[in-house]
Amino acid sequence: QKMKVIVGVKRVIDYAAKVRVATNKSGVELNNVKMSLNPFCEIAVEEAIRMKEKKSASEVVVVSVGPKGATEQIRQALAMGADRGIHIQTDMRLDQELQPLAVAKLLKSVVDTEAPNVVVLGKQSIDGDCAQTGPMLASMLKWPQATFACKVDVSEDKSKFTVERETDSGTEVIEVNAPAIITADLRLNEPRYATLPNIMKAKKKKVETIDAASLGIDLAPRITVVEVNEPPARKGGIMVEDVDTLVDKLKNTAAVI
Amino acid sequence: MALRAVSKRIVSPHLARLSRPISSYADLSDENKMIRDMARQFAEAELMPIAGNVDAKHEFPTNAIKAMGELGFMGINIKEEYGGAGMDTLAYALAMEEISRGCASSGVIMSAHNSLYCSPVNNFGTKEQKEEFLTPYASGNKIGCFGLSEPGNGSDAGAASTTATQDDVSGDWTLNGTKAWITNAHDSSCSVIFATTDKSLPGSKAISAFIVPTNTPGFSLGAKEDKLGIRGSSTGNLIMENVILPSNALLGKQGSGFKIAMMTLDGGRIGIASQALGIAQAALECALKYSKERVAFGKPISGMFAIQNKLSEMGCKVEAARLLTWRAAALKDAGVDYSKEAAMAKLCASEAATFCGHQAIQVLGGMGFVSDMPAERHYRDARITEIYEGTSEIQHVVIANKLLREDIAYANPAPPTKHTH
Repeated sequence: QKMKVIVGVKRVIDYAAKVRVATNKSGVELNNVKMSLNPFCEIAVEEAIRMKEKKSASEVVVVSVGPKGATEQIRQALAMGADRGIHIQTDMRLDQELQPLAVAKLLKSVVDTEAPNVVVLGKQSIDGDCAQTGPMLASMLKWPQATFACKVDVSEDKSKFTVERETDSGTEVIEVNAPAIITADLRLNEPRYATLPNIMKAKKKKVETIDAASLGIDLAPRITVVEVNEPPARKGGIMVEDVDTLVDKLKNTAAVI
Repeated sequence: MALRAVSKRIVSPHLARLSRPISSYADLSDENKMIRDMARQFAEAELMPIAGNVDAKHEFPTNAIKAMGELGFMGINIKEEYGGAGMDTLAYALAMEEISRGCASSGVIMSAHNSLYCSPVNNFGTKEQKEEFLTPYASGNKIGCFGLSEPGNGSDAGAASTTATQDDVSGDWTLNGTKAWITNAHDSSCSVIFATTDKSLPGSKAISAFIVPTNTPGFSLGAKEDKLGIRGSSTGNLIMENVILPSNALLGKQGSGFKIAMMTLDGGRIGIASQALGIAQAALECALKYSKERVAFGKPISGMFAIQNKLSEMGCKVEAARLLTWRAAALKDAGVDYSKEAAMAKLCASEAATFCGHQAIQVLGGMGFVSDMPAERHYRDARITEIYEGTSEIQHVVIANKLLREDIAYANPAPPTKHTH
């Protein structure tokens, strides 16, 4: 019984790079900034490869929507062990113009063609932080979703996924039937380094390029970014005399409780 | 046996056929970028956190080296059929720099193992020798070392006093002698040893190379040296007292030892140049970071010309040495004579490393002198790069000889004509 996994990966600004706002405040500066594989997407790739190693999955297909440079992220996933890649080419800005609704629609078109048993995505990207693509895709496909996964087990007959998921009040365990959408949270796994021989092998793996505009899908953004600003500079703290004053400040001044 | 196709003809720089055009140096290929990124990620996560401890405890970084072996770093240029990663010299240079930037000791362990052990066995070994003495080593499961230097001769490699005599009946070789300053001595399972097989011939023809497993009876180690830097790697003497080896322990042809050693060291120079670059880069980054944070006279010291001058000089020396190293690697991969460029790369990169190590401490001031900051470790680690695998003085000799023998028609400008007034 073969199980095909589709993994979505996004090209984002490297988590360690210092992000600056462009002088015209239209967005963050992307020129000459190091771009990397979204950390949660990397965890998703790792999980898919582990499914293959445990013989639950037979093929891992990695998909990325993005500019020409997105092939770097696809190659990295291939070097980690994915079998082939699909690059949906677009020059729309990934951190602003191309929004989760459009990405979900594009992923749905891939799912319709590839007919996978499961789609594993990162829970969110570190640029948009929307955490919407997974749930939107599930809704479009009418598939069950298990988001913020910190543990995934595939049933023997590959018809169900038992997923432990993170919530604000602790974890819960749910069972979803295949085909399903799973989004990866931080503690799901620790991604492997691509070995040098696998980096060599990745060169030969197939990557199909599709022009996003040719798919006849409405990709227009529904939200317009008006202005981007840096967060206000951190001000010095104040000393308070007692716990009551502290609680009062937290409630009324900082408004965090 | 497969000898690397190295052109004996001295090729003028502007006629050299490179494996990639000069313009591509502006950016690395996607594959090389991936290798560099992966090595950097690994070094930052697994080597940087342990480097200080490895140095303080003089401890071989066993877990790190094992992980490096699993990722393919310990047989990086060896073909997959012998357990290696099958990558080219430029990939090796990139990986070496990143590993060394994380931990210079791990870098030299990797370099000596790849360039000085795996490489000669790969280039001059028979299929059987490779299966026994290369495959288990290319995966990093076992470590190898290179025994050329002796207490009585370092730079004067032709004067090897270690001897190998062959029994007329059995064909067995008996080795006697001592090798000094051997990197990986205490961690190796096998060594490539150079011994004089025919005293009647001049040095360059008298020496042969042998594959010597370190557990052979008669083989013992001298005490582990207490070094200024690269303390995680073991350095010591290899002592051979009537070590008996079968006739198939000979590596390459009898009398080819000196040539094998010199060809091996050419490649080793690219490895050490890359190690020096990693140390220099680490020192430079330490100075850059500190200069932005340290405030004096009301502003960060990075705003002061005196500091900017130092940072700039460091940056220029590192960048120039890096391009020399990449060029030597590209020439090697193109199968063209690269001795001069490798010597230049090693010379310039090692001097860049000691310069950056020195200036980084200067930028950090008192902080540079204490072990809280890595600057003092970079200073100590850098120092050996000007000495091993050919001292700077020997590099000058190699380079000058190449320049003097180059087949170029020297430009012959006419003197200015004298004007009568």
